[in-house]
Amino acid sequence: MKSVTRKRIGKTVLMIFVIIASLVCIFPIYEMISTSLKYDVDAFSLPPKWIFTPTFDNYTSIFVSSNFGRYFINSVIVALSATFFSVFLGALAGYSIARFRYKGKKLIVILTLLMRMIPPVILVVPVFILWTKMGISDTRFGLVIVYVALNLPFNIWVLKTFIADIPYSLDESAIIDGCSDWTVFRKIILPLIAPGIAVASIFTFRISWNEYILSLVLTNRFTRTLPVAVSLYLTDAGTEWGKITAIATIIAIPAFIFTFTAAKQLITGMTAGAVKG
Amino acid sequence: MSSAKGLATRKSPYLFILPAFAILVGVLVLPVFSGIRLGFFEWALRDIGKDPEFVGLRNFMDIFRSENFHTSIRVTLIFTFSVVVLELFIGTVLALLLEKGVPGLRFFRTIFILPVMIAPVVVGVVWKFMYNPSYGKINYFLQVLGIEPVGWLSDPQMALISIIITDVWQWTPFVFLLILAGLQGVPQELNDASKVDGANYLQTLVHIKLPCLSNVIAVTAVLRLIDAFRGLVVMLIMTNGGPGVSTEILSLHLYKTAFTDQRLGKASAIAVVLLMIITLLSIFFITRSMKDEEL
Repeated sequence: MKSVTRKRIGKTVLMIFVIIASLVCIFPIYEMISTSLKYDVDAFSLPPKWIFTPTFDNYTSIFVSSNFGRYFINSVIVALSATFFSVFLGALAGYSIARFRYKGKKLIVILTLLMRMIPPVILVVPVFILWTKMGISDTRFGLVIVYVALNLPFNIWVLKTFIADIPYSLDESAIIDGCSDWTVFRKIILPLIAPGIAVASIFTFRISWNEYILSLVLTNRFTRTLPVAVSLYLTDAGTEWGKITAIATIIAIPAFIFTFTAAKQLITGMTAGAVKG
Repeated sequence: MSSAKGLATRKSPYLFILPAFAILVGVLVLPVFSGIRLGFFEWALRDIGKDPEFVGLRNFMDIFRSENFHTSIRVTLIFTFSVVVLELFIGTVLALLLEKGVPGLRFFRTIFILPVMIAPVVVGVVWKFMYNPSYGKINYFLQVLGIEPVGWLSDPQMALISIIITDVWQWTPFVFLLILAGLQGVPQELNDASKVDGANYLQTLVHIKLPCLSNVIAVTAVLRLIDAFRGLVVMLIMTNGGPGVSTEILSLHLYKTAFTDQRLGKASAIAVVLLMIITLLSIFFITRSMKDEEL
């Protein structure tokens, strides 16, 4: 009897602890969203107004400012195209690594792994110079190609693992039927690695959508993306927290969507390479 | 791997890898090498149309003699060491506590993913708002508890601590998720066997769980270490390296040397130092994670 009570107390303490931990996790996000929905009077009032009349004023005023729409569209175009190309090229390369043996493969694999860790800030100066010389600085293309490259190592690695899990007998029977390697890739491999494609796409989209430093340096006022836009509001005299948190919330929307619809894929992606599944 | 899997004479493996290889070389490898080369040149941002001037090792002498560089190395070491230790400790304890299963673990796990997913810019913005001395919520909570207000980002003694807190908030959940995944990989027979042998929780932890986890913990630590060296956005947004240079970690120092001081050559010399650190850490990571990878 006694140990049952003790167990129950232990469970309760644990539960309270977990709830506190999740509150700490959630609070800054709550603070961002609630501030974006408040009138300035409510946003700055102390003690805080936990109950307030929500307003979409901040959102309407940023959407009305003509540039916001442009930055938003830039972000969407850049993130989607970077995701498409990086995942597609990653799948091709992953197929090559998982299914063939050839000279130089090991070198490529090691190169890929080394490149995975390259800090974007190291690329900023040389890429800025090279892109300026080639005339692709300040273009969305110039930014997309950097994001494609930055995400490739991870995508190759993840997709290679997924491809290696497909029984080789499937490829073999198709090859015996006279399929080319390309057909095998398209008709057999691609459909079977759909879960891997989901993981790779979510991570590439997230990184491209969130990235700040390269976008700051490689874009101008026509091509800049949302993270750069939000930082510009910050340096303006008299910080407008309502508008800033509204843009920040919009930037965070894909993160919310992924977290609540694709938690499993996210954990697969995070643990890839660190934990043997 | 069976020998049937392709022959060295076939073209298609090369064709499949070519596009990815070309992009990796063109966008990552070549710029990295051109950056290293630039470390030996003097080039101002406004002279970008002209040719750079070769100065040998002068940029490197410059940075090694520069007070700000030393400070930024010190700040970087304090920052990376603190966040990695704190995040690993808290993350591991959380994972061990929750491993047994709390009702709604899946829900809590989802909550814990959120901070990891949020853009660094957004994290910087939100925490800057919360740290605000006059209307930020953090000082308000302290005041409720009867604690004096703190100049989180304005006090040179506190600014780095504030940034460490923010990083711990964002990345502890990531560590937790990795360690939890690692714990779920510990063979159940081992746990059962140690129980049958009459081991208590602490003994099982020390002799079974932690040894099984050691590889995961090491890899997680290196991943976080590399990320801590790479990140600069949160500092750039919250403090821009200040007050003074008290939160100017190496990557931010590099960025500001290039785009505030406009010295591209000197910035590239800093990049070389950063690159060497990251490469050393990456080699450790690669040897660990390639351990049982078949090629």
